[in-house]
Amino acid sequence: MTTTKHKVHVLTGNEAVATAAKLCRVQVVAAYPITPQSSVVETLSKIIEQGELKAEFVTVESEHSALAVCIAASTVGARVFTATSANGLAYMCEQVHWAAGARLPIVMGLANRAMAAPWSVLNDQQDSMTMRDAGWIQIFCRNNQEIFDTFVQAFKIAETVHVPVMVCYDGYILSHTVMPVEIPAQESVDAFLPPYKPHTILDPAHPRNLNPVTLADPRRNGDGELCHGYMELRYLHQEALLNAPAVITAVDQEYGKAFGRSWGGMAWGYQAEDAEILLMAAGSLCMEASVAVDRLRQEGIKAGVLGLRVYRPFPKKELIEATKNAKVVAVFDKSMSYGNEGPICADLKAALYGSGSAPIVHGYITGLGGRDVKYRHLMDAAKTSLTAANNGISTKASEWINCQI
Amino acid sequence: MTPAVKSSAAVQQSDVVLRYLRPHKKFPNLWCPGCGNGIVMSSLVRAIDKLGLAKDNVVLVSGIGCSSRMPVYLDFQALHTTHGRALAFATGVKFARPDLKVVVITGDGDCLSIGGNHLIHACRRNIDITTILINNYIYGMTGGQISPTTPSGSVSTTTPYGNMEKQFEACELAKGAGATFIARTTVYHTSQMDRMITEAIQHRGFSFVEVLSNCHTYYGRLNRLGQATALLRMFQEKAARGKAKSIIDEESKDMIVTGVLHRDDEKTELCDEYQKLLDSLSKGKA
Ligand SMILES: Cc1ncc(C[n+]2csc(CCOP(=O)(O)OP(=O)(O)O)c2C)c(N)n1
Repeated sequence: MTTTKHKVHVLTGNEAVATAAKLCRVQVVAAYPITPQSSVVETLSKIIEQGELKAEFVTVESEHSALAVCIAASTVGARVFTATSANGLAYMCEQVHWAAGARLPIVMGLANRAMAAPWSVLNDQQDSMTMRDAGWIQIFCRNNQEIFDTFVQAFKIAETVHVPVMVCYDGYILSHTVMPVEIPAQESVDAFLPPYKPHTILDPAHPRNLNPVTLADPRRNGDGELCHGYMELRYLHQEALLNAPAVITAVDQEYGKAFGRSWGGMAWGYQAEDAEILLMAAGSLCMEASVAVDRLRQEGIKAGVLGLRVYRPFPKKELIEATKNAKVVAVFDKSMSYGNEGPICADLKAALYGSGSAPIVHGYITGLGGRDVKYRHLMDAAKTSLTAANNGISTKASEWINCQI
Repeated sequence: MTPAVKSSAAVQQSDVVLRYLRPHKKFPNLWCPGCGNGIVMSSLVRAIDKLGLAKDNVVLVSGIGCSSRMPVYLDFQALHTTHGRALAFATGVKFARPDLKVVVITGDGDCLSIGGNHLIHACRRNIDITTILINNYIYGMTGGQISPTTPSGSVSTTTPYGNMEKQFEACELAKGAGATFIARTTVYHTSQMDRMITEAIQHRGFSFVEVLSNCHTYYGRLNRLGQATALLRMFQEKAARGKAKSIIDEESKDMIVTGVLHRDDEKTELCDEYQKLLDSLSKGKA
């Protein structure tokens, strides 16, 4: 155990992010301000200018450039970091795909915020969900301690599987709320996270041409070597993501050994073992769901929380296992796949199909654009779902909670 | 003291502004007390009123920022768009409806950093849009981060020990890119501002008015420059009015050259050119 020199600080989610980036000894930070992410950038610029962290801070002119700078810096072997929210992420989109396709271990903080139009600076998770198919790992945090710990883990995961990681945390609810956060000593973080050993590096001593135009079929390069075609590269990317759960789980466990805290790897449960009804969500909403579950239990209802920590890669195996004894799962999405249903709900149904674990799955849309979600709403939804399930109603249209239409 | 005369003039002035405020729009507004954005808003209203333009034939387009909130408060046609993209949206409006007066309200971040590319291309096309850049030297809305006009050495929330970058000279940039009417003024010089904005709207082609403004909340506080009035005094003292020979005062870089800095009435305007092309093509057919 190396937890002897830790200190407890009272930090906002954004400060937890900046502190983690510092202790992870990031070498290049490039970001463009946007509410509610801005204080991450401000805190880091101060840390860097005060000389507490030896890093380059690049005040770019847009998010697109922020990620471009990170991509370039990562390509030459630096440990890099950026952070954004909502429209900032959307504006980065081209580079989000590039970072993943180039297999660079970039770590991004995403203070989840609703997408415009219309403008809203408040929280939901539409921004990250919109980027779910870009090929990044997406991890959702439920409190500020998990934000800090997940960032430290994220660099290790990214640098092992060579896939960028987006650490998602709810805007305002976590980004601007203070909580006690245990901060380990620098030596302990150093011991856990050794310096980045670049796997792809642009180096004048060994000239290379990275990410050239790739044709449909594998071809020989100028040196006569047979190179992968586009589809082979994509297959390898998918393979890396499919293998990532083992790494993510192992890193979380190793972190637990080193610092005394683990966060459930891919997914976690609360009062879930004997639950008839599971309340499933990602991020801080899980904390509200835990309160709902405690109250439901007081009323004699066997309820539990199924917390989705990693959304991409989607933890099919873990979710099948976690839901196999439940009668019904109520999924609370804070985003929408417009024209379909909540993305977590749809993905859970797809994962369960043909798996032998066949609980009823009901979808709920909640908290869009900062609409308050109370534990009472979650309790009511859980009861509705349980009653429906007991009456044999297996499918029903997604319900929009507290939508006053 | 002649309070009676003064106050009636003031009432008259504010009457004009009141007539153009969006009815039912909730006040107080988002701007800090003393913010220069309100001064520019009033000036724009006076210019439009003087030109006698029908409210519904004026389209205000803005991106995101404190300054970009202006169309929310004014009773014109309004497009409130994404950060940096106001000029791209405005180009679409003007091209589709060349009969409308299109005015873009933008901030130094919106116009020169994330939206910089649209600025140079709008200038290059010489499309008949009036752009009012409210330059307060900082990103106001997001909390005082460095912008492309933050002077070297100045403190912002992302340059806590001073900005080491060089700043854009917005009017020079617009000139180099091809804008055909360029003026600079400050929130202290309101009657000059009224004239500049009036002329800019009258000009057929891309007109660009840079208004230097005070963000005492961030820029002023972080750089210990004092409250709104202190910043206004700074504009008063530093302004070199009259016949500007160059966009930047070469002798003393510290002075602010104001007035009409560049004007070209010869260059053809994009929508006119397009109409000519359509006319010639339809003639060919007939
Ligand atoms: C794509 C995107 N990135 C970032 C933001 C956040 N943002 C809103 S306003 C602003 C800066 C505004 O500064 P400026 O244009 O100078 O206007 P001011 O507020 O000073 O009037 C930023 C960075 C956003 N809305 N969209």
